[in-house]
Amino acid sequence: MNIWLIMLFGGLITFGMRFSFIYLFGKLHVPETLRKALHYVPPAVLSAIIFPEIFLRDRQLDLSLDNHRLLAGLLAVIVAYLTKNTLITILAGMLALLLLQVLL
Amino acid sequence: MSEQTKNFWAGVRAALPLLIGVFPFGMIYGALALNAGLDKPASQMMSSIVFAGSSQFVTTQLVHEAAPGFVIVLTIAVVNLRHMLYSASLAPYLASLSTRWKILLSYLLTDEAYAPSIVKYERDGVTPQAHWFLLGAGLALWTNWQISTALGIFLGTAIPESWSLDFALPLTFIAMVVPVLKNRPAIAAAFSAGAVALVAYSLPYRLGIILAALVGIAVGTFLEGRKSPEETL
Repeated sequence: MNIWLIMLFGGLITFGMRFSFIYLFGKLHVPETLRKALHYVPPAVLSAIIFPEIFLRDRQLDLSLDNHRLLAGLLAVIVAYLTKNTLITILAGMLALLLLQVLL
Repeated sequence: MSEQTKNFWAGVRAALPLLIGVFPFGMIYGALALNAGLDKPASQMMSSIVFAGSSQFVTTQLVHEAAPGFVIVLTIAVVNLRHMLYSASLAPYLASLSTRWKILLSYLLTDEAYAPSIVKYERDGVTPQAHWFLLGAGLALWTNWQISTALGIFLGTAIPESWSLDFALPLTFIAMVVPVLKNRPAIAAAFSAGAVALVAYSLPYRLGIILAALVGIAVGTFLEGRKSPEETL
């Protein structure tokens, strides 16, 4: 298959999935349990993205102090909890990671 | 400043740290696409036709391996499955919009546009102009993705890996998820999803994320239902 056709079909399917529920909602009856369940999408999805980024190193679980991303990530969690400020959280995490890389 | 403009720029601002984190990925994608044998127009256009980072990486890999076209298309579909979750999650907040708006916002719906928008909507509820926030975040990320792709195509991966700019992504998601963890079901949803994501990381096509998300959602919903049925009515 031609690369442009691949991109076209891939793009259409991707768009279709993004559009699916946004389009259907309001046209369908959504059960209450499902509505409730949707509130857990953000914590579940975001954690599913975050955990591998900070706990895994070279695809292996690394809970040692050598895992700089884990240390910097945990610091960011604490800063986020205390400040509720996105920018401060990111700066603290980046700074921590850079310092750990330089110093250790 | 009108409500529309205010929401739009709030969305752009919310996406700013994500732009920094995504930028190196856009460059790496551009460079990889060329390496895999795509020509410059196709490499660039994939970023606007498909506009979904991880599936673009997988596509370049498969093109490089000369995989059959339908396999590549199917793979794109599976890698991007999680977008249906985002669609379902945002749908209640966008229900009153015209179809034209729904099409535009759906096209712009990436992981990084979803995250700040859903956090804002769950916090502030639906306001009449709230969709401008998603538009602002989505357009900022879209522009950023096109530019970083172009730079990757023409300059290669010019940003040294030791700068760890990609770490801005998980950090931004941390800043977004922590305030959402307000009760035990939400915390349990986060930790169970995170644990499953670690265990299922080696699954192909990013299926680990979907599996992890579904487990987290189920755990949160179950705990909420058990806790206080009369309270949640």
